[in-house]
Amino acid sequence: MKSDGIPSGCAISGLMSEDGRRINGKKIIESIACMHDRSNGLGGGFAAYGIYPKRKDMYAFHMMYDNARAKEDTEEFFKDHFNVDKDEAIPTHRQNGISDPPILWRYFLEVPENKLEFLSERDYVAKTVMKIHSEIEGSFVASSGMNMGAFKGVGYPEDIGRFFKLEEYSAYIWTAHGRFPTNTPGWWGGAHPFTLLDWSVVHNGEISSYGINKRYLEMFGYKLELRTDTEVIAYMFDLLVRKHKLPVEIAAETLAAAFWKDIDRMEPGKKKIATAIRQVYGSTLLNGPFSIIIGHNRGMIGLNDRIKLRPMTAARKDDMLYMASEESAIREIAPDLDEVWSPRAGTPVFGTLKAGVE
Amino acid sequence: MTMKIDAKGMHYRTLNKMIRDAVASGEKEFELDNIGGQRYIGAGLNENVKITINGTSGNDLGVFMNGAKIIINANAQDGIANTMNAGEIIVHGSVGDIVGYAMRGGKLYIKGDVGYRVGIHMKEYKKQVPIIIAGGTAGDFFGEYMAGGIMILLGMNEKNPLVGNYVGTGMHGGVMYIRGKVDPYHLGKEVSCLELSEEDIKLISGYLKEYCEHFGFDFNAVMSGKFTKLVPLSLRPYGNMYVY
Amino acid sequence: MESQLPAEFIVNIDHERCRKCKRCVMNCSFSAIEFKDKVTANNRQCVACHRCATFCPENAITITQNPLDYKDGYNWSPEIRKNILKQAESGGMILTGMGNPKPYPIYWDHMLIDACQVTNPSIDPLREPMELRTYLGAKPEFLEFEGDPGNISLKTELAPQVKLDIPIVFAAMSYGAISLNAHKALAMAARRMGTLMNTGEGGLHEDLAGYADRIIVQVASGRFGVTSKYLNNSALVEIKIGQGAKPGIGGHLPGEKVGEDISKTRMIPVGTDALSPAPHHDIYSIEDLSQLIYAIKETTDYKKPVSVKIAAVHNVAAIASGIVRAGADVVMIDGFRGGTGAAPMIIRDHVGIPIELALAAVDDRLRQEGIRNRASILVGGSIRQSADVVKAIALGADACVIGTASLIAMGCRVCQKCYTGNCAWGIATQKPELVRRLNPEVAADRLCNLLTAWGHEIQEVLGSLGINAIESLRGSRERLRGVGLNQEALDILGIKHAGIGQ
Repeated sequence: MKSDGIPSGCAISGLMSEDGRRINGKKIIESIACMHDRSNGLGGGFAAYGIYPKRKDMYAFHMMYDNARAKEDTEEFFKDHFNVDKDEAIPTHRQNGISDPPILWRYFLEVPENKLEFLSERDYVAKTVMKIHSEIEGSFVASSGMNMGAFKGVGYPEDIGRFFKLEEYSAYIWTAHGRFPTNTPGWWGGAHPFTLLDWSVVHNGEISSYGINKRYLEMFGYKLELRTDTEVIAYMFDLLVRKHKLPVEIAAETLAAAFWKDIDRMEPGKKKIATAIRQVYGSTLLNGPFSIIIGHNRGMIGLNDRIKLRPMTAARKDDMLYMASEESAIREIAPDLDEVWSPRAGTPVFGTLKAGVE
Repeated sequence: MTMKIDAKGMHYRTLNKMIRDAVASGEKEFELDNIGGQRYIGAGLNENVKITINGTSGNDLGVFMNGAKIIINANAQDGIANTMNAGEIIVHGSVGDIVGYAMRGGKLYIKGDVGYRVGIHMKEYKKQVPIIIAGGTAGDFFGEYMAGGIMILLGMNEKNPLVGNYVGTGMHGGVMYIRGKVDPYHLGKEVSCLELSEEDIKLISGYLKEYCEHFGFDFNAVMSGKFTKLVPLSLRPYGNMYVY
Repeated sequence: MESQLPAEFIVNIDHERCRKCKRCVMNCSFSAIEFKDKVTANNRQCVACHRCATFCPENAITITQNPLDYKDGYNWSPEIRKNILKQAESGGMILTGMGNPKPYPIYWDHMLIDACQVTNPSIDPLREPMELRTYLGAKPEFLEFEGDPGNISLKTELAPQVKLDIPIVFAAMSYGAISLNAHKALAMAARRMGTLMNTGEGGLHEDLAGYADRIIVQVASGRFGVTSKYLNNSALVEIKIGQGAKPGIGGHLPGEKVGEDISKTRMIPVGTDALSPAPHHDIYSIEDLSQLIYAIKETTDYKKPVSVKIAAVHNVAAIASGIVRAGADVVMIDGFRGGTGAAPMIIRDHVGIPIELALAAVDDRLRQEGIRNRASILVGGSIRQSADVVKAIALGADACVIGTASLIAMGCRVCQKCYTGNCAWGIATQKPELVRRLNPEVAADRLCNLLTAWGHEIQEVLGSLGINAIESLRGSRERLRGVGLNQEALDILGIKHAGIGQ
């Protein structure tokens, strides 16, 4: 049941240490749990960066299988496409409120040299992810980045977090999502975050421009199987930053571009950039209500739509950057903050891992 | 001073920009060596400049040209003088098809043969009367849709046939002079053949003198041939095709 | 030969009300009304242009269809019988004007637009920003930047772009087909509304030279009035390959319409027929099109976007792809219901395909080939209302082109007699006494009002869709649903049937 395509409300939270200190998973669970009432128990999830230091140069695939057959087929596929360094069950813990999980398994993969004659390693991995989704029934890639992973499922986010034993992980970036879908699909893959390579997206809101955003990505060979706008955002970042090599701040600007009225008043250099962005990247504009937190290996980006139809609060304390749908979710884990602010509409907030930190 | 450009391996865009830029800064004369197929030489040039071309020039030479003079010391290709408005092109060789399409002014003097559809939809407006003179033979559809201007075909090389089929088909303006006999079978339905009047001879003499000077032909020998004059039967050949 | 054709219309004059002011007589340009002691109609001449009825101060005139009944015959309709009579009396091809009036399916009317409810909010267009600005021109696949974070500059040099404040431009209608006053009105309205008008293939009158930045200049097979100055005096240059009303055939401005002024803009002698050949004789293949595109670019120093206009025909998607690959910055597609000043009826009514299907096929094809960014798509061919514009943009168009709608705004009654040159409204005529009837200022106001109204309507729909920029609608077929269409049509349009959710 991959094609849910359900509109949803939601809660999001994210935290990061720009110094690269590892934060225990308990913190992010506490933060997202504070916003329990923004979710309805039909989806919760987390993305964590820096959790696999021993295998940091391998692609960590977090898999969800509907059945043993799907697992077998996928493992055959992995053997053909990668060198499998290690595979194991993703550790879980019995948890009230969580039932009927899929088979959860993770793999640490390397790309064999001979596969890269005509495309880059990351293109190759991205393609295999889309291939699994479109070709192997009952198999879903929850995450596929290096030194990161997504943990998600059907349930309240705090229950999902405990189910996945997140207290046993330490990460320099955590993002979390609590979901309020308006129908009842009960499919684990449909929970946030959505990921591709090391991009992860947690998202509150629904994007009214989904139709064209999707068609635009399809023009560049992306296969969008999930009919959700969050998947679109993850792929969009992959296209803009990895393939088109746009600076991250420009990529963020394309998604929540300035209004013409404001562009017309900009100084010439900025105006030229803003105009070109709207001329060339009109189809990547995310139109409609959203606030999102995007995680990647070097940082975290918070962004909301250009007329601020969804809430977002950001805060700093020493090397820590926090973002959440509600200030209370930040205060819950960091009562004493240096700075708290509401980012302006369409203005991204960047957290960047310090140079040299891994 | 003539600006010399060695165009060996140069893309037309680079070459034409060099010319445009130089013209803008006052250059009046160019000599282009090693031309090999570069298109659009002289495109849209409004200024009174002279360009000499050594080598086979590319398609659409002189397209939309409006006053320049181009001398080609070789054969030229298709689309020469396309929609040309004014200026002069002299070809010391033969040219390809679609010569002087919709040409509205200026002169195109060709020493040798011309291809198919020469002078197609050529027109004139007030003092702007375009003229094409070719020294050799022509292919089919000579003067198709011709709406104005003057075309002269000399057949100096005495090849056969002098001109192809459908001469002046759809012709509704202008005049053609063909040196030699044109088989009525070769004529389009919209054309009539006439003898030359005194005025006609006066008219073509002026142009042909100039033409002969360019190529070293003997003017008297040229004029000694018998010319056929072709004019349209009607200015409105398709006036009765429709009912309202 | 004496005509056996019956009158098409009956002019009814209410002699009780008539004050014999003769205004109707003065206004009728088709000699359908005379004054012989009283106002008398010559019904055979009436074309139902409504000029007399509109200007009668006593409302004493009504016009009705001639109720002359024919023996029933679904197959042999009265129109078919009349056409045979006309041809039997003349031996001519039947000439007609305006767009295809036949009852072919209108796909616009089988598509419905989405709206937001609860899960995403609609936006209030009266109080919040709602952007319609559109740029025509080739876009690069991606942008390149240079410099450090905080000091980034754009490295990519974009191809020339033309700004539209509203994604609706006026269609190509030549000076010759329509009057100079109509051209002036279009140019003035284009400037005021931040959009473009199109010269058509008749050259540019010197009175309009000041509007160069709002004018699309056309290069058609006849090359009338085409000079390097004309090409450079423009916002955009358009190569006209075909027209929706008459795909694959040439044009024909009869000599009697080529007066002093037309002769000047077309640069041909007074009184000669202006014949546009069917093909461009320098384009016999796609690589030749590329040659002409670049001839224009060379002549305009790569400063003007070049558009290629084609009629929507069976293989339109592949043709459009070829045009884009040939270097066009804009592809203009004209559907089979598009208008014309004059076309043989057999072509107008039976050749081409609907613009809705053509547009969907072209946009799909360009996306499949990954080249949709390389050219803007303009569509026309009976865009009748702002809803059609919204649907066209959702199917993938960058902007729409309106011809007939703009003429109606100026006063046209779609009597389809443009080719006669007797247009009573001063639009499709060159007779000075008729041209005078169209006040360019007033006509420009009417055009601006139409575009203003449509602009508001488009904004209203965007708001209900929960989006505040036109580019979020462009190509977003997810926001359309079909009603009463078969699966094949739905597949071509790339939309789902109404009742199917996301």
